[in-house]
Amino acid sequence: MARDIDVVIEFRDVSYRLEKGPLLLEGLNLQVRRGETLVLLGRSGSGKTTTLKLINSLLRPTQGQVLVEGRATTDTDPIRLRRRIGYVIQEVGLFPNLTVESNVGLVPRLENWSSESRRARVQEMLALVGLEPERFAARYPRELSGGQRQRVGVARALAANPPLLLMDEPFGALDPLTRAEIQQEFQQLQQRLRKTIVFVTHDLREALLLASRVAFLEGGKLVGVYTPQEFRRSSNPVVAAYLDAFEGPRSPE
Amino acid sequence: MSTLQFIWKNQAQVYALTFEHLWLVGVSMLLAVSIGMPLGILVTRRPAFGKAILGASTVVQTIPSLALFGFLLSSPWLGERADRLAVTALTLYALLPIIQNTYAGIRGVDPSVREAARGMGMSDFQLLFEVELPLGMGVILAGVRVATVITIGVATIAAAIGAGGLGEFIFRGLAMVDNRVILAGAIPAALMALLADFLLGRLERRFRYL
Repeated sequence: MARDIDVVIEFRDVSYRLEKGPLLLEGLNLQVRRGETLVLLGRSGSGKTTTLKLINSLLRPTQGQVLVEGRATTDTDPIRLRRRIGYVIQEVGLFPNLTVESNVGLVPRLENWSSESRRARVQEMLALVGLEPERFAARYPRELSGGQRQRVGVARALAANPPLLLMDEPFGALDPLTRAEIQQEFQQLQQRLRKTIVFVTHDLREALLLASRVAFLEGGKLVGVYTPQEFRRSSNPVVAAYLDAFEGPRSPE
Repeated sequence: MSTLQFIWKNQAQVYALTFEHLWLVGVSMLLAVSIGMPLGILVTRRPAFGKAILGASTVVQTIPSLALFGFLLSSPWLGERADRLAVTALTLYALLPIIQNTYAGIRGVDPSVREAARGMGMSDFQLLFEVELPLGMGVILAGVRVATVITIGVATIAAAIGAGGLGEFIFRGLAMVDNRVILAGAIPAALMALLADFLLGRLERRFRYL
């Protein structure tokens, strides 16, 4: 079936429980299609980050299966799997002992690219995220602003050209202006690159701006998957409550 | 005759004993680093086993140095040669700060950096050598610095079992009740400790990133 080819990530009845701890995710069934930006939306503790980390095998499902490109993550070498998946987190996690160039070029180096192709790729990636290579390549992370660091984080995640990108509240720590700016640029970037992206946020506006579809989670369970338009009009009480919290109660018609 | 004149008159012996002291400390530190760092790494990987390692090295640290030299004197292979024995005791003393700081240095790596490294597909080996050791090196070297300064001091006691070093002057001075002789051993040892502290401190600062 043509539809199956388009499914890049699939959760089949996935639960995740901390060892002797609470159930963080329960019975998740979800499909991510090629080239879409699926936003995992929900409040803190709803299981968004858990869901994301199950994709690149930073967590292993307690029950069920996560399939990435048709193969269960538990049957795949986690290192090979992660090399095909870019990963961007809120704290960025740049290596403070390496220059911007070395940070961005790290995965290509681990993949044994030649130094010329690495250099070229770093230049290309920095330009892509709006940082002039001549000015920024030789800097250290401490010499960058928060927004610049996050751009480097995105460049690093894209460097080895992974088909998949996981982003965990990547713009959450930025001031509102920088955040709006980088969101817009990211939207344009996505239209150009057509990566499959799973994006975690609790910010409704960000979700509706960037999402092809929104998967709404609450208390470790999937409430539903919606297009941004459907989400705004949803009559589901949990979704409505979330919308109200951001936009104020909708006036009765 | 002042202390300085005494040192000047006996400079050949001061040099020889300083060199001997340096040799004892150098060999001990080399051994302590090459044993202590892997043990410190092991502590981060196997916490249950690690507690035993940390506990044992803490116990060694609490044994008075003179007593430790004495204990080892009766052990079969070690007791045969004084320098062998001295190096063993000094190595044991130097282990704790190195193990502890290796552990602390690795544990102190920013969790988000570690998560990013794992997320980009680093193996455990790469995580250790590309991320944890380089980023923890400042703290690890601080441990080496402390251990070196301690070892330079404790090494003076090695003279009590005939292993030589600057302690020769100190023990001889004590026997002769002559402060000049004591100082002829104590001053070079103190200078050596200060110099080691300074040099290792400079090296350590190269590994500060934030």
